[in-house]
Parts: sequence; C-alpha cells; structure tokens
Amino acid sequence: MFGKLSWDSIPYHEPIIMGTVAVIAIVGAIVVGLVTYYRKWGYLWSEWITSVDHKKLGIMYYLVALVMLVRGFADAIMMRSQQALAAGGAEGFLPPHHYDQIFTAHGVIMIFFVATPMIIGLMNLVVPLQIGARDVAFPFLNNLSFWLFVGGVILVNLSLFIGEFAKTGWLSYPPLSGIIKSPDVGVDYWIWSLQLSGIGTTLTGVNFFVTIMKMRTKGMGLFQMPIFTWTALCANVIIIAAFPILTVTIALLTLDRYLGTHFFTMAAGGSQMMYVNLIWAWGHPEVYLLVLPAFGVYSEVVATFSRKPLFGYNAMVWATVAITGLSFVVWLHHFFTMGSGASVNTFFGIMTMIIAIPTGLKIFNWLFTMYRGSIEFSSPILWTLGFIITFSYGGVTGVMLAVPGANFVLHDTLFVVAHFHNVIIGGVVFAMLAGLTYWFPKAFGFKLNEAWGKCSFWCWLVGFFLAFTPLYILSFDGAARRMQSYANTDWQPLMIVAWFGAVLIMLGIVSTVIQMIVSVRDREKNLDVTGDPWDGRTLEWATSSPAPFYNFAKLPEASEIDSFWHDKQKHGANAHLSQGPYEDIHMPKNTVAGPVITLFATIMGFALVWHIWWLVIASGIGVFVSVMARVFNDDVDYYVPAAEVERIEREHQKRVEMQA
Amino acid sequence: MRQIPFLRTSGWMVLAALPLLLSGCDLALFNPKGQIGAQQKDLIILAFGVMQVVVIPVVFMTLFFAWRYRRSNIEKNKATYLPNWSHSNKIEAAVWAAPFIIILFLGVITWQTTHSLDPHKPLDSVDKAPLEVDVISLDWKWLFVYPEQGIATINELYAPKDTPINFRVTSGSVMNSFYIPRLGTQIYAMSGMSNTLHLIGNEVGVYDGRSVAYSGKGFAEMTFKTHITSDADFQAWVEKVKNSQGAALTFPEGYNTVAKPSIANEVEYFPSVDQGFYNKVLGIFQEGHMAAMAQNEHEPTAGHTMSGAHHSDSTQQHAEAVE
Repeated sequence: MFGKLSWDSIPYHEPIIMGTVAVIAIVGAIVVGLVTYYRKWGYLWSEWITSVDHKKLGIMYYLVALVMLVRGFADAIMMRSQQALAAGGAEGFLPPHHYDQIFTAHGVIMIFFVATPMIIGLMNLVVPLQIGARDVAFPFLNNLSFWLFVGGVILVNLSLFIGEFAKTGWLSYPPLSGIIKSPDVGVDYWIWSLQLSGIGTTLTGVNFFVTIMKMRTKGMGLFQMPIFTWTALCANVIIIAAFPILTVTIALLTLDRYLGTHFFTMAAGGSQMMYVNLIWAWGHPEVYLLVLPAFGVYSEVVATFSRKPLFGYNAMVWATVAITGLSFVVWLHHFFTMGSGASVNTFFGIMTMIIAIPTGLKIFNWLFTMYRGSIEFSSPILWTLGFIITFSYGGVTGVMLAVPGANFVLHDTLFVVAHFHNVIIGGVVFAMLAGLTYWFPKAFGFKLNEAWGKCSFWCWLVGFFLAFTPLYILSFDGAARRMQSYANTDWQPLMIVAWFGAVLIMLGIVSTVIQMIVSVRDREKNLDVTGDPWDGRTLEWATSSPAPFYNFAKLPEASEIDSFWHDKQKHGANAHLSQGPYEDIHMPKNTVAGPVITLFATIMGFALVWHIWWLVIASGIGVFVSVMARVFNDDVDYYVPAAEVERIEREHQKRVEMQA
Repeated sequence: MRQIPFLRTSGWMVLAALPLLLSGCDLALFNPKGQIGAQQKDLIILAFGVMQVVVIPVVFMTLFFAWRYRRSNIEKNKATYLPNWSHSNKIEAAVWAAPFIIILFLGVITWQTTHSLDPHKPLDSVDKAPLEVDVISLDWKWLFVYPEQGIATINELYAPKDTPINFRVTSGSVMNSFYIPRLGTQIYAMSGMSNTLHLIGNEVGVYDGRSVAYSGKGFAEMTFKTHITSDADFQAWVEKVKNSQGAALTFPEGYNTVAKPSIANEVEYFPSVDQGFYNKVLGIFQEGHMAAMAQNEHEPTAGHTMSGAHHSDSTQQHAEAVE
C-alpha cells in the first residue's frame, strides 16, 4: 500500500534530527497561527500564492532562498563543528551516516535552493522593470516555475524527517548513487527534488530569454540594455542550453535505479564516467549562470554609487558573452584526474584559463568605474569592494586548479572546497546581499538599515577568510574533502580556526535578519517616496517604490545607455512622473494553476521516492488534468481601467510633491 | 599609476617569501619526497606567483580608488570627478592585455607541464627497472598487488627509493582517487577501467596515502601508509610478506572475501596471488563490453573476461555477487 514507506522510515532515534523537526514544527505552528489570527489567508492566497506579478514572485523566491540559506548554513556549521572535533581517533558528534547526508544536503541546498533562486528572484524583480516592460512574456509560467522550485524545496526538507537524504555528494556520481550502493531513498529524494526545481528553472530560462528579446521598451536596442539585464540574458541562455542536460542525466540515472538499465554502471556496457561528463557539462555552465548576474549586480551598484557610467560598457557586454560561450567548453577540468590524455587535459586547462581574461577585464572595468567617480560608501559598495578582492583570489586559485599538473595534487582536497566557496561566497553571495540592499526599496518602498547591513558585510568578509584560508593551507598537506574524521591531529587547530570563521559568518546571517526586522520597524524613517532612492541610472528607478503592479503607467522610452539618468540631468528629477491622459492597461490574471500543478507534482515526486505506485498514477492524473484545465482556460487576462491607473499615479505624485 | 614599480617589488617579495612561509610548516605539497611532487610544488608556486603580478595591483587599486574617490573627498575638491567619463581606448587595451599576457604565459607552462607531468608517462629518465604495482580500491580499503613478486597487501605500500613505480589502478567498487600527497599526482580508481600512474619516491620515509574522492561510509578512514625504503629493506619486506601466515589471494574466492565492505581495515598480507589477478578484477565489470576494450597489455588477459557475447543478466548477478 505505501511502498517502501513505513513507520520505521522516521528517524526517531536521532536526537539532532528530531530536535530540528521540533523547531521547524514550532516555528511553522507559530506562522500558521499568526496568519490565522490576523485573518491573512485570503490575502496570502489572492495577493501572493496565485500572483503572476514578477515582482512578487521575485520577493517570494528571495524569501524562500533566505530560509533555505539558514537551513544550508545549519548544515555548514555542523560540518565545521564535526571537523573541529573529529581528529586523531575522536569520532565527533556526527556518524558517517549522518555527516555524509549533511555535506550532500549542504551542497544541493546552497546551489539549487539558495544561489539559483536568489539569482532568479533578482532577475524577476529587476529585469522587466529595467527593460520597461509590464511583466514577463509568460506570467503564468513564471508562477509555475516558482512553485515547482518550492516543490523541490518541500521534497528536500521532507527527507529530513521521512527517510533520509542522499549520502553521495551533491552531484551523486554513480556507481555510488546506483541502486546497489545506495539502495535507500536518499538518492531518490535528490533525484525528484532536482527534477521538480530543474524544470522550473528551465521554464524560467525560456521565459526570461523571450522577455528580454521581445519585450524591451521602445528605443532600447540590445546595446542600450542595462548591464544587469545583459548578464541575465546570458544567464538564461545558459539555463536553456544547460538545464536540459541535467534533466536528461538525472532521468538516465533514474532509469538505472528504477528499471535496472545500465547507462552508468560498468557492468553490461554502461559508463560511470559518461555520467560525470554529462553532469559537469551542466555543472560548469551552472556556476556561470550564478556568477554572471552577480557581475551584473556589481556593475549596477558600482556605477550608481560612483555616480558615473559603467566604464567600458561594450567590453563588459562582450566579456559576458565570451564567458557564456566558454562556460560550455571547460567541463573536463572537474576531473582531470580521470586520466585523459595530456592533450585533452591541456585543451580543457587552457580553455579554463582563457575565462580569466574576460573576467580580469571585468574587474578592471569596475575599478575604472570607481576611478574619478564620487563614491558613496553605502553597504552595496562595501560588498562590491569585498567582492573584488575576495573574488580576485578565488580567480587565482581557480586558475591554479585549471593547470592540470597542479590539479593532480589539489583535486578533491580542501583546496577545491576553499576555491569554490571563495568564488561563490565572494562572488555570488556578496552580490545577492548587495542586490538585496540595492533593490529592496524598489520591492518594498523603504530602504534597509545601513548599520546592520555593514555589520553583516564585515562578519561575512572576515568570516569568509577565517573559515576558508585554513582549508587552503590544509589542502597543501593533502587533506581530502568530505572527511567525517581524520587521523592527523596537526590539522585540528586550523579546523578550529575554520569553525570560528563559520561562527562569524553566522553572525553575518544574524545581522541580515536583524537588519530586516529593524528596517521594517523603522520603515517610516527610511521611506523611498520618489522611487529613486540612490539617484539611479536605469529604468527601474523611473517608477514608484514599490512599483505599481503594472510597472509603468506609460511605458518609458530609451534612446541610450542610462537613459533615465540622462533624462534627469536634462529635465530635472521629477520629469519622469507620468502625465495623463492614461490608457487602459492589459494585464494577466492571477492563476491557481501553478500551485495546483505543483501540489500534484510534489505528491507525485514523494510517491516516486517511496515507490507508492497507485499514488504516482493518481497524482500524475492530477498533474495532467490541472495542466489541461489551464491550457483550455481562455480567461487569463483583463484590462486595468485608465481611471484606476490615474488614481494610482496621482497618489504617487502627491506623495513626491509633499516630500519636496 | 606611479605605484606600479613598487607593487612589482612587493609582489616578488611575497613570491619569494611564500615557499619559505609554507615549507616552514612541513606541508606535504611543499616538502615533496619524489621528483613528480617536486615539479608540482614548483608549478603551484609559479602559477600562484605569476598571477600576483595582476592581483596585487588589483587589490591595491581597489583600496586606493575607493579611498581617493570617496564622496567626501570629491566634495572637498581633493580629487577629480568626471561624471560622464566611461571610455578610454588606452586603458581598455591595457586591461585586456594584462590578463591576456599572464594567461598566454600560463598557457605555455600548462602545455609543457601537462605533457611532462602526464600520469600515464613512464619515468624513462630514471635508469632503473620500474616496480609494478596494481592498485585496487575496495570498500573501504586499498588492495596492492605486486605481480612480479607474486604478493599482495591491504593498506600497506612498499617501494624502493629512486625506483619508478608503475601503478595500474582500478576499483572493485565505486570510484576512489588514489593519492600519496608527498609523491605527487593522484588518479581515479574506476571499476572496469584501468588507469596508469607513474610516481617515484626519492627519499626514505613513511608517507600518508588515502582516497580523496568520496566513496561512502568508510571513506574517511580509507588510508594507507607508503613506505619508501632502501632496495635491501624492500627485499626484506617482500620476504616477510611471502613468509607471512595469510591465505593466498585467489580469484574469485579470495577476492570476494577481501571485497566485503570493511572500515579502517588493518594491514593484511597475502603471501601469494593468482596470476592475472588484476585483469580478473577488471573483467568483472567488462563482460558486457566488446572485446576491443583490451587495454591492458602488461599481462595476458584472463580467458573469460572479454567475451562480448555474454549479456546483462548473468553479468549483473556476477557483479552483485562480488559487491
């Protein structure tokens, strides 16, 4: 009846897990209680859950990603604690069974359920505004993408207390992830949570690619686009090209596990290294999908806060395009030690290093944007400065890993761990926190508290170096990654230093949480009345904060890079405030289809994990019927009357005048 | 830009200090015990050092520009503010060129060292007959087979000093990576595939070795000691293993026994080994492959392994039987 699922699947005997479950249950109960007490279910349903508004979806992406950041960080601090303790025969507090799940979950969560959704959330919030569009090309798909991502999140978190998660490392290489070596449900949770969220990401890629190509406002050619939109465009090209590889690779692994095929088992003619090639053919582009929009954030921030146009816009665009292309021809550098021939290794090594050229150029361009600028030391600019220095060293260690001769002694050691945290924390996380501060007023209509923002920055920056420099040093002594314990007690002091670093990073995360609370409390003091709190350069600042659901009463026109800034110079700060007469605006309707399809899809994923076949069929029918219901629903749009637009716009103008 | 010469000097100073700094701690990679590892140490330092030529100025410029062009300085007219300046051909040429030159240089180094450090390349330059060692990774231990000596061990590797070691590396289970940091290069151990690795130990000593590619529950303790000894000591050790009380390592019976998963396995000795043992282990995973996969010329291939006609069902059971 319930497949592999039974009461024994719940890990009662693990106090750490049960404690976590209790905390989650209590917090969940409090949230549900508060929403019920304040009678907000209707509001949540109609304004958020069924919303197709790209700004609200962006906010929800960010919110879920921040929650998952806390979950992923809890894994991180447990790993650091374990390694600080388990030296020279000591077992620490996590047995391999648990430790191996934790480092797998940490990697999966941080990449798929924190970094990727933050990037997508930011694109959602910003891109349509930057290109002067009313929404994305396919608003329903956007809602569906978000909910599929949430479906993946739900499955990953369910694995915490029903069954277990994969113990295979975040990319689940076979044969370890095959049915013989991993007969339990962990890998199946991994498979179905990634498939759900991966399909969501693919849809997002298509959606934003079409949006950017087809929905730019009048006068905005490709080379008048803001640089963040450029990086988003390239990131979406990467999604479209790379995510299908992931979907197919995981599907083949699924066939191996469920139907006994032999795509990736050596017995019967398959090849495990085919999997490793395929997964990295997706995996390397994936990291550029993360870091390119991060570069876009820094480009916007550095120009705005230096009050100067971005230096070398065209070079920046071409560097971005070059990195996009190169990201697809470097995958083998993740496994030089497979034993390919010297010429193959040389090719992939040099291709990888070539990426350092456009990336190096970008760094210089940011520097020369600051040069002869007028720099305001806000927290976004601090994140940017911290990024340039941290990321430069991440680039250095990346190039070191790209030299096959050096890679042969650094591969799969803590050097790799330190390197990718160096670029992902220093590159992506810093950008997401800078972007959060920078675009927060556009989403909510008030600025974030600066003091706590800066506190968060210093904690993260110092914490990063304290946590990862020791790992670089340990790697020179041959310390492998993913060790639950180690014999060499000489390593322990540095592991303890790394633990302190992780604690500092925790303080950084706490600072961000406090920053949110304090900012909401003091929102009246930090109101963004004009919609342009930073003296911005691009079109998202040409509408009110928070932006009205239709974005622009009249679609703005662009004629050059930073059109909005030039308009302000010529015609004054308030020239962009729209004047009548207004017209009816065509908008998409909210939809229940996204959440409903996802509900069935998530149940189906759960049923597949546990081999509950009748439920697979039932929920599969549910998915099919709800998709069809949406497909044949023609009632998907409506018009906002001109009078309503006028009322909203007048209100905004009145507020601006009152402040002036 | 006047600071550049100063930066160069300081860059080279850091560069010169780095090996001193790190060798002081006796880190494995900075105190290698074999010529492969020694070349890799130099390569790491060179690659790191060359990039400092760009990175140190970047760090300096970041801090300097941010400080000099801060808004309060602009407001006091202490620094120039050019609100519309965003392009300079000279600077753009320079900032494309700087990383380009470094990467060109590193590219040449990469070409040379990837070939000279190719793990498959025998160490011909050493005028001494190499030692053959077959390495089989199991759950979670290392099985070392010495085909010439006809012995085998678990989790203990001996090799004479200044003698090239020709490793053939495979796995009887999931993927692992065979790595002795003080000797240099690691290589993947993959079931059904035979990898080669050529290392040498130039100094007598006992060095740590381990799997660095995560392979499951017992991975953390999947370690072994590598003893680089004098020729005489090596011979004495071979005799010791030959005279030890352990059982002969046969295939498949003996193999199935040692292949059973175990964690932190003690050192074990096998005074004799079936001929062609390594290829038989490879063969477990190759039955479904075409005969063209014969990639191991060292020994005559074991009779039953390469017949492509057998198919999946029997192969699968066979593979499971030895898991």
